[in-house]
Amino acid sequence: MLWETVRLAFRAIIRNKLRSFLTVLGVVIGVASVIAMVTVGQGSSAQVSANVASLGTNVLILRPGKQTMGPGPRDNATPFTLRDADALSTLSAAAAVAPTANTSATVVAGSANRATQVTGTTAGYLAATNWPLVTGRNFSEAEERAAAPVCIIAETVRKSLFGATDPVGQPMRVKSVSCTVIGLLAPKGTGSFGQDQDDLVLMPIRTVQKRLEGNDDVERITVALRKSVTAERGIRDIAALMRDRRRIGIGQEDDFSVTNMAEVASMLTSINSVLTGLLSSVAAVSLLVGGIGIMNIMLVSVTERTREIGIRLAVGATSAQVLTQFLVEAVVLSILGGTIGIALGLGLAFAAAQFMAIPFAPQAGVIALAFCFSAVIGVVFGFFPARRAARLDPIDALRHQ
Amino acid sequence: MTAPPLIDLSAVTRSYGKGEAEVRALDGVNLAIAKGEFVAIMGPSGSGKSTAMNIIGCLDRPSSGTYRFKGAELQALGNDQRALIRRNYLGFIFQGFNLLPRTTALENVELPLIYKGLPPEARLPLARAALEKVGLSGREAHDPAQLSGGQQQRVAIARALAGNPSVILADEPTGNLDSHRSHEIMQLLQTLNRDEGITIVMVTHEEDIAAYASRLIVFTDGRITRDETTGGRT
Repeated sequence: MLWETVRLAFRAIIRNKLRSFLTVLGVVIGVASVIAMVTVGQGSSAQVSANVASLGTNVLILRPGKQTMGPGPRDNATPFTLRDADALSTLSAAAAVAPTANTSATVVAGSANRATQVTGTTAGYLAATNWPLVTGRNFSEAEERAAAPVCIIAETVRKSLFGATDPVGQPMRVKSVSCTVIGLLAPKGTGSFGQDQDDLVLMPIRTVQKRLEGNDDVERITVALRKSVTAERGIRDIAALMRDRRRIGIGQEDDFSVTNMAEVASMLTSINSVLTGLLSSVAAVSLLVGGIGIMNIMLVSVTERTREIGIRLAVGATSAQVLTQFLVEAVVLSILGGTIGIALGLGLAFAAAQFMAIPFAPQAGVIALAFCFSAVIGVVFGFFPARRAARLDPIDALRHQ
Repeated sequence: MTAPPLIDLSAVTRSYGKGEAEVRALDGVNLAIAKGEFVAIMGPSGSGKSTAMNIIGCLDRPSSGTYRFKGAELQALGNDQRALIRRNYLGFIFQGFNLLPRTTALENVELPLIYKGLPPEARLPLARAALEKVGLSGREAHDPAQLSGGQQQRVAIARALAGNPSVILADEPTGNLDSHRSHEIMQLLQTLNRDEGITIVMVTHEEDIAAYASRLIVFTDGRITRDETTGGRT
């Protein structure tokens, strides 16, 4: 009997395609946005986790200038020097130390060229950032001391300059400096702020300072701590050393900052989950609105179909049968809408994942939940109109124009 | 001791409103209709003939008095029990046909059988047979909109027949039809009455339509003012 009623509901739905479509539109949009939000949110969480892993744990970053949040101009504190980095590497807490000097430059190989970021650093950089080479080798101590014209390139630069050819051993020009490619970094992907981390050329720091920048400045120092050392102790040791080296008196504030990358990572993770939650709850509200839309149109439909209900009552339908019919119709409609919404939401999430270069992470649990929820919406918002239909007086209903 | 009449109203009153505004649509009606009769009910509008039909058709309840159907008292039954009476013993034909729009003739005729709980394999032959009886074989898949008024009314008659009713209640069945179609419909009803033994109670305000019945009842101001046996036009 229930199967029969479901079949009749399908018949009624197909009979009024436009009305049915408008009825479910709200649920379709609601379910689609919830699914899309949650799926994209999960994808970007996975991306953030991957970034956290690629940052390496226990990495501290030193910058001159007082602690500020995010990018923006820093105060004119004295830059670090390579001697600061050497001093830091003597600390027992430090596993690897990498001073860096950054500049942007056009790099040329053959007829191809690209504007990219050039980072001058030391051999310790790869260990400090937990970034392996695919082919080639790291800088040698001799190259670092001599400011040799050698460079290690990352994936994006390789693609646009060398294409299919093996870049190792190839000549390349950075601004006006001719150099040789000695290594290729493993692809790292999109960073936490959406930047391309693989758009990068590494050179020995002295090469950048002397040949490109013309100064001795070190902009930041990355310190990887030993596994056994806590971040708190690392920060304390480093701060003490730097205060001493930069001659900061007691009672004076630090003129440098130490950023714990693990903290940044956890901050990013929590921002991400807050954003996902926020967007999902907005989407959930639209699902509720979609449910109210179903109720609205079902109510109109009951009024519009008063005569039909009268006919059904006259030929012997009980009010329970009329109630069941309208309720089943509402549930079938909203499940239909939910299913379309799930497909649409997954499609949107897939497109967004491609566009934002994050993993596509459909959640079986969320899909099942959205499906059940749309059925529940059908029952809840279909009940009131169905009850109204069931309570109609057959004589009035038949007389209704 | 003869069998009790099929339909038996005694001292039936139906009033609307309360106190000063009370209107008595039916005022102490006594009416007995035997199985196999073809009764025409006439009367000016507001005379109570439609109210009487609604009570006979179990769509309405008398305010006082008793209504016996096949000897059983119905006046106290609830909505759902009256729905069961309609489903199992009564068929309705209306002036405006009252077919479900955008629904084929066959599906319209199936409707009462669905509520009887018959599975498709049982109800489809019954619905086809009913359509055949009213001369609409081959039109099963037509929508009401694709059928003429006369054909629509035939579908409605088939729907009333499908449930194998004891009584067909016809409320101005020819009110929306031209005179040619009207007479065709009346001949069909007469045939069903004669050959199938179905009791027919019909409300009309046209003398020549009423002439098809074998008994004429006239209502005036909520009372029966005339009740006579007629020949039954052929």
